[in-house]
Amino acid sequence: MPELNTSSLPDLIFTMLFFFMIVTSMREVTLKVEFKVPQGTELEKLEKKSLVSFIYVGRPTEELRKKMGSESRIQLNDKFADVSDVMDYVYQERANMSESDQPYMRVSLKIDQDTKMGIVTDIKQALRKAYALKINYSAQMRQ
Amino acid sequence: MARKKRSVPGINSSSTADIAFILLIFFLITTSMDTDRGLARQLPPPPQDQELEDIIVKERNVLAVRLNANNQLMCGSDYIDIKDLKAKAKEFIANPSNDPNLPEKHAKQIPFFGNVMITDKHVISVQNDRGTSYEAYFNVQNELIAAYNELRNELALSQFNKKYSECTEEEQEAIREYYPQKISEAEPKNYGGKR
Repeated sequence: MPELNTSSLPDLIFTMLFFFMIVTSMREVTLKVEFKVPQGTELEKLEKKSLVSFIYVGRPTEELRKKMGSESRIQLNDKFADVSDVMDYVYQERANMSESDQPYMRVSLKIDQDTKMGIVTDIKQALRKAYALKINYSAQMRQ
Repeated sequence: MARKKRSVPGINSSSTADIAFILLIFFLITTSMDTDRGLARQLPPPPQDQELEDIIVKERNVLAVRLNANNQLMCGSDYIDIKDLKAKAKEFIANPSNDPNLPEKHAKQIPFFGNVMITDKHVISVQNDRGTSYEAYFNVQNELIAAYNELRNELALSQFNKKYSECTEEEQEAIREYYPQKISEAEPKNYGGKR
């Protein structure tokens, strides 16, 4: 019986490896705030990542806390931002989408569970003004 | 200075596959395949200046849910625990016993159900303080949506003998019409202590 030629096996596995490395989504932004999302039971999956924009709210990370203080901050893309920047951010995100996708835009709010509602309300009002009415409070499934 | 020609021994590559396998498994384990989940909500459009929001709602049709800065929950006129909110909301939305203090019912023609009495005028009004923690607010939202989802599920089970999520698009729409989701969020106020 001839022996099975396994010399191409490593290449095969490497292809698989590259496939997985490419498919798994890496985090696109470096997080500058820390957050632990609340837990809920009535959660829905976020579909179509391309339609979703993220807003992060939480305390600055350990290294940045000396500079920024430990008050809750908003992060848009890679930068700290103010509530007044939220509207511009939404417009910009919407402009980056194709026209047919724009009505389906959804904003995912990743907010630390200890945040005060004041800042959350301000964000919500800004989103309303920018007509980004579909939102999603990011959360974890409660076991 | 004639050198003997040395033959380079071939590298034994039989273990490359194993190395690649280990790498593959490492990536498989470390990459979190978790999908983003969250509570989907719809915000109301911004208020128009010209039209004043003076919709008069009867008192029996409103369930006021309030959260103060100390994360205390008030439903109607008494303090309650977050665990009891769902039952309270369910009773309010469905009004099974036709209680005169709970939302009034109106006859409505709905596909699959025919002419039914539903509480289409009810409103759950959530108010929170600027000092309320996001977790408390989120829990309230979660419980209220859970109340709606449970009612819809019960209705789907009794009418179509299957879960709400397994119903067809038309059936789901009829159920949504039967139990419309009406959670209104008032502008936050500063009450219940310091900020």
